[in-house]
Amino acid sequence: MADPMKIRASIKGDVTEIRVLMGHPMETGARKDAAGNTVPAHHIQTMTVEVGGKKVVDGQIGGSVSRNPVFGFKVKGAKAGDKVVVTWVDNKGEKRSDEAVIA
Amino acid sequence: MKQLPATLAIFALAFSSIASAQATKPAKAPKAAKPAAAAPAPAVAAKDETTAGIEKYREMLGDDNPAELYEARGEILWKQARGPKNVSLEQCDLGLGAGVIKGAYAQTPRYFADADRVMDIESRIVHCMMTLQGFSEADVRKRPFGSADKPSEMEDLVTYVVTQAKGAKIAPPTAHPKEKEAFELGQAMFHVRAGPYDFSCATCHGTDDKRIRLQDLPNLTKAADNRRAYPGWPAYRVSTSQVHTMQWRINDCFRQQRMPEPKYLSESVNAMITYMAVMATGAEYKGPALKR
Amino acid sequence: MNNTRRTVLKGAGATATLSALIAAGALKPTDVFANEWNKAAFEAKDAAGALKGIGAGTTADSKDLLLTAPDIAENGAVVPVGVISNIPNTTSISILVEKNPSPLTSSFEFANGAVADVAVRLKLGQTSIVRAVAKADGKFYTAQKEVKVTVGGCGG
Repeated sequence: MADPMKIRASIKGDVTEIRVLMGHPMETGARKDAAGNTVPAHHIQTMTVEVGGKKVVDGQIGGSVSRNPVFGFKVKGAKAGDKVVVTWVDNKGEKRSDEAVIA
Repeated sequence: MKQLPATLAIFALAFSSIASAQATKPAKAPKAAKPAAAAPAPAVAAKDETTAGIEKYREMLGDDNPAELYEARGEILWKQARGPKNVSLEQCDLGLGAGVIKGAYAQTPRYFADADRVMDIESRIVHCMMTLQGFSEADVRKRPFGSADKPSEMEDLVTYVVTQAKGAKIAPPTAHPKEKEAFELGQAMFHVRAGPYDFSCATCHGTDDKRIRLQDLPNLTKAADNRRAYPGWPAYRVSTSQVHTMQWRINDCFRQQRMPEPKYLSESVNAMITYMAVMATGAEYKGPALKR
Repeated sequence: MNNTRRTVLKGAGATATLSALIAAGALKPTDVFANEWNKAAFEAKDAAGALKGIGAGTTADSKDLLLTAPDIAENGAVVPVGVISNIPNTTSISILVEKNPSPLTSSFEFANGAVADVAVRLKLGQTSIVRAVAKADGKFYTAQKEVKVTVGGCGG
């Protein structure tokens, strides 16, 4: 099972900064292992960020995002205590959803 | 002796598996768009634009470190009842008393009377796994160094423990005779030349201003350089996409020198770590590093 | 597998019904499959194909689109890239690494107060132009920067 995400959401003035760290191999499908075999593609394809129940970011990513991806987003109009939910789905259908509270 | 060119040639060979044609080019300073002065790197201000560019790259990587994923797994492992005795590691004595984890890493390696030897943090965690949880030595030695796809439990546990020392000053004790002995052994080993290439650690890390390709090499005979280098391990290395512990770092230094592989957790490895830790005394520990 | 798609298909009773709805213009595919991965764009083998895949046939350079990336990366496996669009009504930002075998790396749509400001870490197989593409009021704007990639030695 995939590692839980690390989500940080902090508000400064009107802007909430959201940082997300995901545990994922992000295999492109082109890499060869030590034995010379191609490692099959295994990467996140879609991700969403919700704040206070509303979708703020709808993202699509490919295999050229680094292993164990890190993302940063900014949102206006949120407030301390609002819930941030991040969800990703990869090309094998595995899904993970984690949440944090804006501090 | 023309020591340096030979050194570089050998390291170039050592890395031929990952070195592409482009890898050797950037040693010449490329024309950067911005002046080197843009990078806040006082220590390298006089060096070329490439060095300044690398400093900036490191700065831009920022604080988000995938080592946090290891820390999270390590915390679960630490608190989970495991092993033949089915207990957790929470009562492990890391040097500051049973159950005290906060800041403990910064005061290692140290002498532990119950084991009658100087142990680094990884040795001590293994000791607790064996004494508290009942794991056998064979169990813990099975797979200490993992891979990006399959990190080892030791990497998770070490990352968790060292992270709990964030903000502490490196201060390994030196009063016990065995601590002194370990320091002196580590220092002596640092200068021992051996192996097929007649290398010592000091060959690369014994004088100022050496570098291999783009990596400046710390002069580990100086306290100031140790204060910068030692807290840089354990680290999440982006080139291997995994956390490496200090036990691995020392092990890999010997591999790079083409010396026989040192035994995991051995007196010699712990002595090398003791030497560096004592030399780094006073440095602030900022948690697992993130590096190339 | 896409769960949204499955649910919709089940709910619609049959694929044929859904197709008919789409064909009749009652449903736009983008509404139904809000999260559908843009396979054509992500699997495009060159920058032109990737741009076409995200609908950016014509683009204009913009000074209001800010791309930050290092001049030189110590390791191409992790290159921090940030994009901020100060172009009014920016609704999406995409980032391409032109020399990668599949140039499109990521694409983000913003709504409900999200600022057009994103930070990612990307793989660069070699020295390459990194290109940001922002969509605002149906038009596409770009900014670019070259990032040199090296492979490190030992130590550190």
